[in-house]
Amino acid sequence: MSFIKTVVAGTAAAALSLGLAAAAQASDISGAGSSFIFPVFAKWGVAYKKATGKNLNYQSIGSGGGIKQVTAKTVTFGASDKPLSDEYLEKHGMVQFPMIQGGIVMMYNVKGIKPGQLVLDGKTVEAIYMGKITKWDAPEIQALNKDVKLPDQPIVVIHRSDGSGTTFNFTNYLSKVSKNWSDQVGSDTAVEWPVGLGAKGSEGVANMVKQTAGAIGYNEYAYVIQNKMGYSKMINKDGKIVSPSLESFASAAANADWKDAHNFRVIITDQPGADSWPIAASTWVIIHKEPKNPEAAKAALQFFAWAYKNGKPEAKSLDYVAIPDNVVKLIETSWSKIQHNGKPVYAPMMH
Amino acid sequence: MATTDIGVAEQASRRQTRRLKRQDRAFYWLAWGSAALVVALLLGILLSLLWESLPSISTFGLPFLWHERWSPAKHIFGAAAPIYGTLMTSLIAMVIAVPTSFGIAMFLTEICPKPLRRPIGTAIELLAGIPSIIYGLWGFFVLAPIMQHHVQPFLLNTFGDLPVIGFLFSGAPYGIGMLTAGLVLSIMILPFITSVTRDVFETVPVMLRESAYGMGMTTWEVVRRIIIPYTRLGLVGGVMLGLGRALGETMAVTFVIGNSHRIAASLLAPGTTISASIANEFAEADGKLYTSALVELGLILFVISFTVLALAKWLIGRTESY
Repeated sequence: MSFIKTVVAGTAAAALSLGLAAAAQASDISGAGSSFIFPVFAKWGVAYKKATGKNLNYQSIGSGGGIKQVTAKTVTFGASDKPLSDEYLEKHGMVQFPMIQGGIVMMYNVKGIKPGQLVLDGKTVEAIYMGKITKWDAPEIQALNKDVKLPDQPIVVIHRSDGSGTTFNFTNYLSKVSKNWSDQVGSDTAVEWPVGLGAKGSEGVANMVKQTAGAIGYNEYAYVIQNKMGYSKMINKDGKIVSPSLESFASAAANADWKDAHNFRVIITDQPGADSWPIAASTWVIIHKEPKNPEAAKAALQFFAWAYKNGKPEAKSLDYVAIPDNVVKLIETSWSKIQHNGKPVYAPMMH
Repeated sequence: MATTDIGVAEQASRRQTRRLKRQDRAFYWLAWGSAALVVALLLGILLSLLWESLPSISTFGLPFLWHERWSPAKHIFGAAAPIYGTLMTSLIAMVIAVPTSFGIAMFLTEICPKPLRRPIGTAIELLAGIPSIIYGLWGFFVLAPIMQHHVQPFLLNTFGDLPVIGFLFSGAPYGIGMLTAGLVLSIMILPFITSVTRDVFETVPVMLRESAYGMGMTTWEVVRRIIIPYTRLGLVGGVMLGLGRALGETMAVTFVIGNSHRIAASLLAPGTTISASIANEFAEADGKLYTSALVELGLILFVISFTVLALAKWLIGRTESY
């Protein structure tokens, strides 16, 4: 049975190559976590290497994995789409701050309805994901879209099957607009979905919506744009109709109350402001307050400072929003807490 | 002079014997050590799974096995849906793959013209070498649309209203779901069962076969009365090998099952399996209880696989005593 031998040999080879990949160079800036931020880190890493010669080694293993690795001090920093609680940060002697922002968009596949033609609001999206609205021509949807001819077609609800920061922010939004959702389902990287089909990864959701007639799904803005999918406008907290765009995501971030937030824990869904997109999302960087290796922590902070200052064009080209300058100032001031022998490991030059 | 010559020769031969004995001893312990290592590894995996799932076991206890709710946000975990999905998809896969594999093996050993046997046999074995992610992609992009537009509407219209089995074919045709997952699994385990079956069919002595044909038996009678009874043990082994693979398959299933922690009567509905749940959720699972519940799922899969193998051994033992 030589075919079994082939299978075994293949598995062994794959395991070996994984092992080799895991052994990274020690002098790199090492980080792990969120896959949402990975494309930006990848692009910044290349530009930073060109500018300074320093290498960024970021492993896109998911926020949960990033939190575990930074807590265990196997990497210098972690990245998470879900902010950590004050208790957790205090217990493990860590701080967190936002690194990048983006938007989550409702995508759909309904014949005859063009991208951006449909308008939805939080209550309607919640009712669809609760399984209460099951047809596209339901009166609730029709009321928001008086001029659109909606088909008598069942809605196929698509959600992420893997644990994901996108799910966390989306369910956080639904929890904010509906007490019912908050009580029954709640908000996390994976939840107990009342209805629907699960697809793995952002690509999985995009593909499943694309090939299922009548489907609706939530996804990162970049995937919706790149796949040329149908997407909806949303009615925001101020009752205004907004289109998904880098400007409306930035408006949500700018209107959030960062100053009074502990450890920058502001989830920028359902924020005020006439132009604010209601389902915006952030990724946080987590780092130890008293780093085991102060040189490594300093190198990481230098990289973050460089990225805040010079990384905006790269972020924009990937459909992400850079952190607003006033928030960057707050963040860089907060870095004085990251110390070695009672002295900050790195004090950036204030602009 | 002659005596000393004999002495030298004898000494050399004794040295040789001692050396061989030493080698034999070393080999004896090496073999023992390897065997012990396997058992130690197995126990080690079992213990570490148990250890990691302790928080979940102490929180939910035995009801973990039959509670359906799986809500990470509310810290409520129950394994009923993944256990059901694992068993159901494997059952569908076996129902399709076992008769097909036996048919292919029969064709290859009894009916197929000699020059075609090798190419067809190799083609089937090559199926086993395709990585499971490829099966997943194929299932999602090629099979699922066919299921959605042709197969599932047909099943719904044909069987949906029948009294006894109608509930198995109800709901909306999503394309993906338990049935599609079972179908992809059946294609994946087909080569395993087929090659084992063909190999054991070939162990039937030519004399036995020729005598049966000589007595005027038809091909079907030869297979039914001579080959299958003769190879029963090997057949059970092949089926179990396939079942073991189906129970643990992860990536291909994740693509096409719909990943929903619910138990639905309809075969067309989405579901989830143990390995798909772990693969989906482990990376982002935070908090002790969530991770621990996922590890406990792994422990349950371990126990299921172990039980299946033990059952197979027991069955083989029973047939041997006939």
